[in-house]
Amino acid sequence: MFEDVRDLYNATIIERGRRPQHMHRLEAFDATAQGDNPMCGDRVRVWVKFATDGAIAETGFDARGCEISKASADLMVEAVQGRQPADARALFAAFRTLAQTGQCPACAEALAPLLPLASVHEYPSRVKCATLAWQALVAALDQPAGTTGETSRE
Amino acid sequence: MNAIPPLFDVARVRAQFPILSQTVRGKQLVFLDSAASAQKPRAVIDAMVGAMETQYANIHRGLHWMSERTTDAYEATRDAAARLLNARDRHEIVFVRNSTEAINLVAHSYGRGIMKPGQAVLISGMEHHSNIVPWQMLRDAHGTELRVAPVNEAGELDMAAFEALLADGRVGLVAITHMSNVLGSYTPAERIAKLAHAHGAKVLFDGSQAIVHRRVDVQAIDADFYCFTGHKLYGPTGIGVLWARRELLDAMPPWMGGGDMISSVTYERSTWAEVPHKFEAGTPAILEGIGLHAAIQFMEGIGYDAIAAHEAALTEHALARLSAIEGVRVIGRAQDRGGVVSFTLDRAHAHDVATLLDRQGIAVRAGHHCAEPLMRSLGLDSTARASFGIYTTPDEIDVLADTLGRIREFFA
Repeated sequence: MFEDVRDLYNATIIERGRRPQHMHRLEAFDATAQGDNPMCGDRVRVWVKFATDGAIAETGFDARGCEISKASADLMVEAVQGRQPADARALFAAFRTLAQTGQCPACAEALAPLLPLASVHEYPSRVKCATLAWQALVAALDQPAGTTGETSRE
Repeated sequence: MNAIPPLFDVARVRAQFPILSQTVRGKQLVFLDSAASAQKPRAVIDAMVGAMETQYANIHRGLHWMSERTTDAYEATRDAAARLLNARDRHEIVFVRNSTEAINLVAHSYGRGIMKPGQAVLISGMEHHSNIVPWQMLRDAHGTELRVAPVNEAGELDMAAFEALLADGRVGLVAITHMSNVLGSYTPAERIAKLAHAHGAKVLFDGSQAIVHRRVDVQAIDADFYCFTGHKLYGPTGIGVLWARRELLDAMPPWMGGGDMISSVTYERSTWAEVPHKFEAGTPAILEGIGLHAAIQFMEGIGYDAIAAHEAALTEHALARLSAIEGVRVIGRAQDRGGVVSFTLDRAHAHDVATLLDRQGIAVRAGHHCAEPLMRSLGLDSTARASFGIYTTPDEIDVLADTLGRIREFFA
């Protein structure tokens, strides 16, 4: 039983969902925002610290939700590490396409760490779980410097 | 049940629901999400299709055969709904889209038209958002207060606290669920109505869940308003019922304006049609109304005694089976309850549980069930919920329980 869900509930997702490596609040941060999925009650808050050149130096998150949303947030932290905000946004656009369709036409190497989530498109009601942390991240990146953001809704 | 449960042949009932023979992902469908929306029997499907094929026109206005026949069919639903609720008067039945619209109608018309700023609306701590948000909107627009009577650990209304909240005499309306869509708890409607009236308040019951499982008698309850929705009662979406005492409806101003709700219209002023038409502006859900009649007849054909006995047995079986699974926690332990069982699993979030159940063809709801304040008071952000209907079998509950055990192993 359940062999057919191993595409989504694979070893990486189970491990990251259960023991996220980056699920912590940053002591010092430059931006933060929350993502809410009002349909299911999932909630993710993301904190971001920037380097002097504007790149993402550190990201942390806190999540209330399912394995998929936590694992996705955890993988996201690693995927955006060291990237300029514009690159992080582009990566989200590519990841969203991957999550919604299973396809990544110009599948950049940067997307590789997120591939464990590729089959979420087979579970349409769960796509929002995978993109929630990214919504929060982008909302944080959208904030003018020195402000803290309000809720972003998927 | 004090009588011996009448014979109830669940196989015969199931045979009347075409969808139940469907397979999902190669598995036999196990549909345990009837509290969200119930499946439709052949009689409802045929009534709606039959009307479209043989007897359909707009109602209340045509001077031709088709319109007259369709009007008769639609208005017969009003008689059926009045009989279902044991209303005194068929004019006390107002058709609405669903319970949400019924509650909004009361909030607008009774709330703004009859209640005075400074009066309070008293709800319970286990309401669906549809019985919270309209009262917040009324509060903000009209200066009423919103009070919330707490729910105890078992998931029952705290009657002492409820009574205390009525004590100052400022509550104009008690608006409360007759059965929780999360906890399955029935509320003691007759006691609630008695207390409300003793303190000068009217009382509205949201019967969306309750009327699916048990006979409702608005006169016995001594209710002032009662609402339900067709699609949970094996009928179509888009049609529901607000019942209210005639004298209240007569005193209440209309809510929406338009065709069908007027007596006469000039540019200077309009006068209103008699109740219930005063509250039924515009072309209504004609086919859905006809479908609801078929659903009511279907329920009456089986009989509430049989339905209640069947579902009580199912619920007891489900509580026993789910409670026996390590790591499963049933949320809500009310003494008086219907066929809705919420639960959590220690090793997995409710969404993950629902996804894995779905892969086995088992449909449950997972999330906050449109009752966020209740979930917060329980210290939860989501539960999975299995809900039962007249077509549910003990075998299906066994499949759910066995699969939950396997899911727990999966997340070991």
